[in-house]
This record gives sequence, structure tokens and C-alpha cells, in this order.
Amino acid sequence: MEYNARNAMAWSRLSSRIVFGNALEELIADHPDCVVMVADVAKSSGLLGLREKYPNQFLNVGIAETNMIAMATAIAQTGKNVFALTFAPFASMRCFEAIRTYVGYMHANVKIVGLASGLSMGVGGNTHFGLEDIALMRTVPGMAVVSPADCTETVKAVEAALNYEGPMYLRLTGVNGNPIVYKDDYDFEIGKGICLREGTDVAVLASGMMVNESLRAARLLSKAEISAAVYDFHTVKPLDTALLEEICKKFPRVVTVEEHSKIGGLGAAVSEFITETGAPAKLRAIALPDAFGPIGSYAYLQELHGLTAKQIAETIEKECTL
Amino acid sequence: MNPSFRLNEAALRRLAGSMRLDMLDMMLHAGANGAHIGGGFSAAEILACLYGGVMNVSPERTEDPERDRFILSKGHTALALYAALCETGFLTREEMMRFEDNGCHLATHCYRDLAKGIEISSGSLGLGLSYGAGAAVAAKRDGRGYDCFVLLGDGECNEGSVWEAAQAAARFQLDNLIAIVDVNRQSLDGFTEDVMPIHSFKTVFEGFGWDALEADGNDVASLQNAFASVSRNGKPTVILAQTAKGKGVSFMENIVGWHHASLTQEQYDAARRELEEAYGI
Repeated sequence: MEYNARNAMAWSRLSSRIVFGNALEELIADHPDCVVMVADVAKSSGLLGLREKYPNQFLNVGIAETNMIAMATAIAQTGKNVFALTFAPFASMRCFEAIRTYVGYMHANVKIVGLASGLSMGVGGNTHFGLEDIALMRTVPGMAVVSPADCTETVKAVEAALNYEGPMYLRLTGVNGNPIVYKDDYDFEIGKGICLREGTDVAVLASGMMVNESLRAARLLSKAEISAAVYDFHTVKPLDTALLEEICKKFPRVVTVEEHSKIGGLGAAVSEFITETGAPAKLRAIALPDAFGPIGSYAYLQELHGLTAKQIAETIEKECTL
Repeated sequence: MNPSFRLNEAALRRLAGSMRLDMLDMMLHAGANGAHIGGGFSAAEILACLYGGVMNVSPERTEDPERDRFILSKGHTALALYAALCETGFLTREEMMRFEDNGCHLATHCYRDLAKGIEISSGSLGLGLSYGAGAAVAAKRDGRGYDCFVLLGDGECNEGSVWEAAQAAARFQLDNLIAIVDVNRQSLDGFTEDVMPIHSFKTVFEGFGWDALEADGNDVASLQNAFASVSRNGKPTVILAQTAKGKGVSFMENIVGWHHASLTQEQYDAARRELEEAYGI
């Protein structure tokens, strides 16, 4: 794939789920061992082209997610790298036990892709929100959990997943017109966080769409003379503990920002690290509440839950002046 | 099935037409958010019959323990439910026209709101028939006379959980459970015969120990006939309602792509004209 400003712009105009399908269609040419399974979501994930071009590597199982995961496990055990896709709550929750016992327990080479996670489904309501997928997936031994920051990183993650052996959950967030974090080519490695902005007062660790909001928040904070570093923690599991250790040594305050329930997500993972290691950093986790919330446009919900750049900056400023 | 009022055939037909106009209004109002118009239109007559005379429900007593239960298992058809609830006095027009608004209760997939006659939070497919079986078991145990009506999609029947409910309903002899499958022959990715066909719903349901009735699901007389034929013989009943996705508007009918879509003003005007003419409303 070519990573440049022009492609970044073109990708950002699409949603991450359409970019996912388009990228997989392009990349699968070099991966004859890859099998793509969907539960009636080929259109919703930009896979119509792949379905036409690679019928032998494509399987639509209908609206039957648990069946998809159990079948995917068996197909993976024949030496294939299987991508199994549907909307995030169904991909993660509906077939969770099959994921744990089949994909996890047998450490199958299955990539579970959760489309339109977080609050992306806006007016679709809580049945369609991905509020707890990171929490669930983190509990499966051996499961990598990856949440790209923008469409370019989504393409990077697809490339990485094609070359990764073992279970992985790929969480896609955002809506059409995703803001751009990455314009140029860069090194993406599963399990390695990325420092996007240096700082001295506070470290902001974010995943998914919240990476861009955090970068904007850091720019706002600089006006209040607060120097905030921003890290893209695209991999929530395995957590980049080496980088975390460094961050906790360098910064008195750590803030996590994510579009996920405050229970079990990135904030919880960092909190577990701090508790386990006794690192001295003070943590503030910005996340979604433990509640079924209202519906609305993505922008409306982001604001309602304090996840806009301005609100994130305000929360951090308050935290830093305590 | 002891309704307090019963519309005649012509009135039911008009009710289904009015519901389609309501759905168009909501869809236009939703703008770019769009709406599930295809499945809403295919289910219009089914909901018109249920709310226009088959079910014992009333906006005056939405929490009455004796009310019949309507369980929308194919939750993306909430659009049609809101229209039915508005036309029969559960929702005001103002409430209905807040469809998909920021902070509003009328989501693409409905939330339980008993005061407004909405029985369940829906949107995850394949769970409603189990809810219906649970409600029907509770009625039997408590000696209550209500019936449970569950609306399923044919694509939804891909979910294995539907068949767990099917076996339970037969095992517990739930003849107060009536499932209606809206067989519109399409799911999100296209025609069910291409995506994941079920070759004979009748054979499958009968194999599970159900009575299976067939009806033209876009014809109120045919549906009424089916509802009148439900027998209390210790078996649950399924009505296999053959419908067309997008029924009622020529440029939507049986066309893949209208599962979930938004509407231009021109499309709205054309669809409205067509419906007004067809239903004399």
C-alpha cells in the first residue's frame, strides 16, 4: 500500500469500515491463505469488490455470527488466516463464548473485526454501540486487541493482521469523514504505542478516534501553558508495558481517552499496569459511563459524553490544576 | 386476541397506507441518518392487522398485565412500529416526528417504553422469539389470557437462537404464541436465496412441532384469515407472511438497496403521490 497525504485524504473521506474492505481487497492478492467471512455485512464493510474477485476466499454465512466464529476456527485450523466480520457488538458479544472457547482456547488464527464500534452507529442505539468490546476481548488469553486511530492506521492494521499469526480483535471506529492522524508512512507494529506529540506536564494515551481528539486537546492545552504529550495506544492488548513504564517515570499525570465503557478498556488496562507495578503516576481515565445512553448523531454523542477536544482539554486542565 | 375494536378490511388497508406515509415522513425527517424503509414497508399490513383489530392492546392501558404482547424481534422495523403506534393513538404525531433526533427515544432500533406501547428493546436479531416464549410461558403459569405476537424477519431466521426458541415453544405447548415471519426475501447483502436461504420455513417450523400457516403478507384479508385460523391445540403457530421489501412504492419494491437508505425530496414527493393514489388517502 502507498502511504501518502493523497491516499490519507481519500481514505479519510470514507468510513474506516469501507477502507478496511477496500484495503483487504487490494492486499489479499499476496495472501492466498486468507479467508474472509461475513455475517451479511459485505456491503457494510466495503467487501463487494473482494467478493467478486476472490469468491474462493470469501464466505457469507448470513445473519449467524456464532456459526461464523465456530466455522472460522475450523477453517483457520486448516492453515488459513481467517477474517470474520460483523458490527462490533455482534462480533464481540453475541458470539463471545465461541470466541473464548474456540478462537481463544485453541489459539486459532482468526481475526475478528468489529465494525462501527464505539458510538459510530449514532441513531442505531445501544444494540448497535460497541461499548464493551475491548473489555470482553481483553479477557481472552492470547487475544490481541487493536483499535486504529484513523483510516490510514486501519490500512496499517489490516496489513499487520495479514502477517500476524494468532487471535486478534480489530476494532474499527468513526464515521464517514474520519479526521486524519497519519498523513505519511510510518512504522506500525502490533503491541507498540506511538508518541505523536512530546510534552512535559501530562501524558495523554488514546485509542481509536480519540487519538485525533487528544491531539487537538493537547494543542488547546498549550494555550493554557500545559504541555501535554499524546500517545497512540492502538494496541490495548498486549499493552506496550515498556513504553508505559517510561511514560509513568516521566510524567506525574497520565490521562487515557477512549470511546468505550470506563469498565475494562484502555483506561482499565493502564490502571491495572499502574496497580501491578506500583508506578507513581496519577491516572485519570476519560471514557463512556457505565450506562445505556441516548441516541443521536456521532457529534452529539461525543459532546454528550465529554469526548470532544475542547472537553478533553478542560478535563485535563482541571486535573492538572488540582 | 380479544380486541376492543376491529377495523374492517378497507379501513385496515387504509391504515397500512397511512403507516407508509408516516414512514416516509420519518425517513425524510431523518435526513442522512436514513431509515429501514424496505423492511418497514414489507411489514405494514402485518402491523396494521395486529394493531387494527387482532391484538387486545390500548393506549389507555399500556401496562395492563392482560394486554396482548407485541414483540418486535426484527428491531430494524421499528419505523413501522412507530407508524402503527402513532396511527392507533399510542404516540402523538409530534412524538413520532422526533424519530432519530438527538437525545430522542425513537431510535432506529426501538427501546422498551411501556408507556408508549413499546414492549422490548430490540435491534439484536434472533432474540425476540425467546422473549415471546418467555412471556407466553408466564401467561400460562399465571393463568392469564393474553397472547404473544412476535414479528421475525426471514433473514433474521439465520440466527440459530430463533430455533432454540422454536423448540422451547413447542415443548411448553405455547398455543398463546403466534410468530409472524415477514418473508420479504432480502437481507442486508441481497436476496436471501443468494445469501443464506431457508428452503422451506413451513417444513422447518412443522418439524419443530408448530402449526404453520401461509399468507400473503401484503394483503390484509389474507392476513386476517390466517390470524382467524390460529387454533388452541397446544401448539404454537407461525404465520409465514409472503411480502415484498419496499412494498407500495414502485421504485423501492423488491429493489436491493432500500434496506436502509435516505430519501431526497423528489423521491419523497414521488413516493407520496404513488401511495396517496394507491390507498385513496
